[in-house]
Amino acid sequence: MSDKIKKASRHVSQNEGLIFEHSSPGKRAFDLPHLDVPEVDARKLLGANHRSEGVEGFPEVSEIEVLRHFTRLSTWNYAIDLGMYPLGSCTMKYNPRVNELVARLDGIATEHPLQPQELSQGCLKIMRLLERCLLEITGMDVASLQPAAGAQGELTGILLIRAYLEKQGNARKKVLIPDSAHGTNPATAVIAGYDVENIPSDSQGQIDVEKLAGLVTEDVAGLMITNPSTLGIFEKRIAEIAEILHAKGALLYMDGANMNALAGVARPGDFGVDVMHLNLHKTFSTPHGGGGPGAGPVTMKKILAPFRPGPILAEKKDGSLALEPAGPDSIGRVKAFAGNFGVLVRALAYILAYGPGIRQATEDAVVNANYIRKQLEGVFELPYSLPSMHEVVFSDELQKQHNVNTMDIAKRLIDYGFHPYTTAFPLIVHGALMIEPTESESKEECDYFIGAMRAIAEEAAGNPDIVKHAPHSTRIGRLDEVTAARKPILRWRPEGSQ
Amino acid sequence: MRYLPKSPAERRELLAAIGVKSVEELFSRIPERFRLKEALNLPGPLSESEIISYFKERARENSVGYTSFLGAGVYNHLRSVVTDTIIQRGEFLTSYTPYQAEISQGTLQAIFEFQTLMCQLTGQEVANASMWDGSTATTEAVLMAERVTGRRRVLVARSVHPEYREVLKTYAKNSGLLVDEIPFGADGTLDRNALESAMSDDVAAIVVQSPNFFGVIEYDPALAELAHASGALLVVAITEGVSLGILRPPAEADIVALEGQSFGLPPSYGGPFVGVVATRQQFVRQMPGRLAGQTVDAAGRRGFVLTLATREQHIRREKATSNICTNQALCALAATVHLTLLGKEGLREMAEQNLAKAQFAHGELVKIPGVRSAFHCPFFNEFTIELPGPVEQLNHQLLRDHIIGPLALDAWYPELRRHALVCVTETTTRADITKFAGSLRAALAAHQEKER
Amino acid sequence: MAYPANYRYTKQHEWIDVKGDVGTVGITNFAQVQVGEVVFVELPKVGMKVIAGQAFATIESVKAVFEIFAPVSGEILETNLALQTEPEKVNADPHGAAWFAKLRVANPAELKELMDAPAYETFAPDGCA
Repeated sequence: MSDKIKKASRHVSQNEGLIFEHSSPGKRAFDLPHLDVPEVDARKLLGANHRSEGVEGFPEVSEIEVLRHFTRLSTWNYAIDLGMYPLGSCTMKYNPRVNELVARLDGIATEHPLQPQELSQGCLKIMRLLERCLLEITGMDVASLQPAAGAQGELTGILLIRAYLEKQGNARKKVLIPDSAHGTNPATAVIAGYDVENIPSDSQGQIDVEKLAGLVTEDVAGLMITNPSTLGIFEKRIAEIAEILHAKGALLYMDGANMNALAGVARPGDFGVDVMHLNLHKTFSTPHGGGGPGAGPVTMKKILAPFRPGPILAEKKDGSLALEPAGPDSIGRVKAFAGNFGVLVRALAYILAYGPGIRQATEDAVVNANYIRKQLEGVFELPYSLPSMHEVVFSDELQKQHNVNTMDIAKRLIDYGFHPYTTAFPLIVHGALMIEPTESESKEECDYFIGAMRAIAEEAAGNPDIVKHAPHSTRIGRLDEVTAARKPILRWRPEGSQ
Repeated sequence: MRYLPKSPAERRELLAAIGVKSVEELFSRIPERFRLKEALNLPGPLSESEIISYFKERARENSVGYTSFLGAGVYNHLRSVVTDTIIQRGEFLTSYTPYQAEISQGTLQAIFEFQTLMCQLTGQEVANASMWDGSTATTEAVLMAERVTGRRRVLVARSVHPEYREVLKTYAKNSGLLVDEIPFGADGTLDRNALESAMSDDVAAIVVQSPNFFGVIEYDPALAELAHASGALLVVAITEGVSLGILRPPAEADIVALEGQSFGLPPSYGGPFVGVVATRQQFVRQMPGRLAGQTVDAAGRRGFVLTLATREQHIRREKATSNICTNQALCALAATVHLTLLGKEGLREMAEQNLAKAQFAHGELVKIPGVRSAFHCPFFNEFTIELPGPVEQLNHQLLRDHIIGPLALDAWYPELRRHALVCVTETTTRADITKFAGSLRAALAAHQEKER
Repeated sequence: MAYPANYRYTKQHEWIDVKGDVGTVGITNFAQVQVGEVVFVELPKVGMKVIAGQAFATIESVKAVFEIFAPVSGEILETNLALQTEPEKVNADPHGAAWFAKLRVANPAELKELMDAPAYETFAPDGCA
C-alpha cells in the first residue's frame, strides 16, 4: 500500500457464501412457543390451496450460522460509522443511536396504525410535534408526513400543485426543471401527468432567469427547483424566480434534498417557495440503511392545504389529537397508513437533540465543504466558481489528459479508506466530482480526505494505471457490469436447475 | 453539541484556512432579508436521557398493556432478537445505497438473497430489491401492467385493501389509467360474473388480493387464465406474507405485489414496511425498483452489482419505470434475516400456528349467541364476523378489559354494517382468545339488555 | 473499420442499405464506439410507421440509453430479433450482422438528404481503437 494512504490498511476479511449454500434439511434457527390450541388439518381446510411442503428452496440453517453469515457480510461494507462518505446531496451525517433506541420502545414500535385513536395519543403527539418543527424550519404553514421517501414527497408536491390549479379551472401542461436536477424530478413530473421542459443553467451554473421568464407561460404549472442547487450554490435570484412564476399563476416547488445548507439559516417559505419536500434520511439524520427506509414529508403554504393527502392530523376541541379524513379536495392517499412512523420518530429525536441550536450543524456543514473546496482548488478543476454552501462540485478535466476520469479517481479513493463522492452527477458538469462532507466530519477526517484526493491527483499524473485499475485493496475488484446487464442473474438457484 | 466533532478552536482554524472572518460570510450569497436573525423556535436541546424520557412518556400514552385483534394489512408476529442485532450493525445501518459495488458487497449479497427468498415465496421468477410498502408495490405493479400491455384499464377487486385501492386511485388519476372496481359476492370473494362481464380487450390487468381484506383466500389459477384469454395480466397483492408458508403461491399470476411487514418488522404505527414486486423473467425490463445481479470481477471472483439500472430515474429520468430512488433496504434486510432464521420449517410451523389459532378463535366466537361468520370460505389468520350489535360500541366495552377488538368494516364497506375483521396470529395466546370471547359475550349481553 | 460504400448515413450515425424499395437500417461503427458495450436493444414493432428523424429503437449501455432515429420514412417490415439475445453483435459487427430493422422506403427522395460513405467519413472520424 502507498505510504500516502493514511486512513486505512489491509485486514483479514472473512469469506462467506450465499445463505442457501449453507442450507441443509433439518437445521433450524428459530423455535416457536408450543401451540396452545388444537392442531388443525391444513390439507382439509385449504384443499388445493395447501402448500404442504413449506417454501421450496428456503434455507435451513442454525442460529449461529445466520448470525455469522450476516455479520461477515456486514464487514464487507463501508459505513458512516467507519468514516466519511462524501456523497453529494446525500447528506451522509451521523445517525444518532438514541434514535434507534426510542424507535424500538414498547409503546412506540408496537402500535398498530388502525388502533383506536384514544390509545394512540402518544404517536399523534410525536407526529404533531414533528410537523411543528418542520414547519418552523421550512417557514411553511401546513405539513403532510405521509410520503414514504423523497421521490414520493416530490410526487405529492407536484400533485398538490396540480390539484390547486385544477381547482382554478386549468391544471396546465408542463413543469419546468433545471438540467442540473436530480433524476427523480423529471420522473415525478411525468407520473403526475405533466410534460417536462428543461431549463438550461447559465454560465455560472445558476438558473438562467431571463430564459426562465421567457419560458413561463400559462401552460406552465410550476418550476421544480433545488436550492442550493445540485452544484451546492445558492440560487441568489430565488425571489425573482418566485415572482416570475407567481405572476403567471404558476407555483414554485423546492426539492429539499439540500436543506442541510439552510436549516436554521434561511427558510424556503420566506423566499417564495410554495411547497417542498424534505428528506428525513438526509438532513434529519435517519439512517440510510443500505438504501432506505427514508421519509419524504411535504410542507406547504396554506393555499395548498385543502389538497393535502389524508388522513389529516387535527386537534379536537377537547385537546386530544386525531387523524381525520381528508377534505373533499384532497389529492388522496399516497401510501397506506399515516407514514413511515418509525422514521418520523428518529427525525424528531434528532431535532430534539439540537433544538434551536440546529443552526450550528448547518454552519459546520458549510464550513467543512468550503474548507475542502479551498484545499482542493487547483488540484481539481472547479467548473463553477460561485461560493459553495454545503457541497462542492469539481470536474475531472485536469486529470483527463492522463486518461483518468472521475470514476477512476472515485475507485482509487476506496483504497484510501473512503467511500467515493458522487460521480457523473449533476449532468451539467462533465466528469463531475460532487463532494458533501456534512457537519459530522472532524477536521482530522477532512484532512485525511484532502490528503487522499491530493495524492490521487498526483498518482493520476505520475502513475495513472494505479488509479485506472483501482480499487486494489478490496475483496473484489471492478465487477463485470456488462454481463450482469446482458445476462442478468437475479436470484440463486439450486445446482443443476436452470 | 455532542454530534459535532469540532472544538471552537478548530472552527476558528477552518475559517482562517478558508479565508473568511466569520461563518456568516459563507452565507452572504443568501439575500440579507432571508437570512434569519434569530434562532428558530424549536424544542430542546435535550440530552440523551431527556430524549429517551420524552419518548417513554409518549409510549405510555399509547396502547401498552392491551391485547390486539387487529390485522388489516399490519400484523403482529414473533421477531427474533437476532434480527435487530444484525440490522443495528453500523455497517448495515449506516451504509448507503450500494452504487459502489466493491465496498458494498454485504448489502448487495443480502439484496440478492432477499430477491431469491421473495421468488421462492411467491413462485415468481424475479423479484426486486424492495418498494416502499405493499400499497405502493401494488400501484407500481398496475403501472407496470399498463406498460407491458399498452392498455389503460384495470379491474380491481373491491376486496383488495381499501387503503391500497385509495393509493392506486391517486396515482391512476394522473396517468390516464381507468380503474373499475369489481364487487365481491356472498362468499367474500371476487364476483366472477361481474368480472367476466367487465373483461374486454382494453384491460391491462385484473387485481386481486389473497388472502383478501376480509381474510378470505381469494387466489385461483382460473383468474390468471381469464386474464390471459383477453391478453391482460393478473396482479396479485399479498398483505400477509406469512400466509405463503402454508398457502400455494400465486405462481400463475404475472405480477405479485407483496407487503413484507410480517417478516420481522414491527407494526410501528404504519411504517416503515417493505414492499416487493415479483414477476416473470420476460417482464424484468419493465419492473420498477432496484435489482441486484450476480457477476464476476476480472479475477473471476463472484460478486454482486446493481443492474438493469437503465430502467431507473437516475438514468432514464422522465422515461423511467418509476420515480423511486430510496427504497426500504434495511427493512428488506430485516426480512431476509428473519426468514433465514425461521427457515423452511419455521415459516411453515408459524403459518400452521396462525391457521390453528384463527380456527380456534373462530370457533369460540361463533359460539356466542348472535355472532355469525360472514363469509363461508377458507381463511388464513383473519376472518370476518357479523355481530348483533354496533361494532364501535362493543369495542368500546372491550377496551375496559384491555382488549383492542376487531376492525369495524362499515367505514369502507357501508353494506357490511356490524361486520368486523378479526386477526389472530401465533402471538395470540389461547388465554387471550378465551378472554376476548368472554368479554365480547358479556358486552353483547349488556348491549342486548340495554336494547330491551 | 471502413464504411460500406453503398450505404447512406445520417448525422445521428445510422446507416441505411437500400435494395429495391427495402432499406436495412443499423448504426455505424462510430456510434457503437461512443456507446460502449451494448447490453440491450429495444426494437420497434413490425408494422410501425416511422417518419425520417423519428426515434424508433433504443440501445443501452450499462449507464445510458441512446435513441436510434429512422433515416427515412417508411413501414417496418422485419426486425433483427437476434439482437435481443446477443446485443454484443452491435459492437462486433455494426454494419452487418447487427442490422436493426428492414423498412419499406416510403419516399426515395429522402435518401438524397443522407451522406454517402466519403461524406460520412469526414463527418465522423473512424472511432476504431
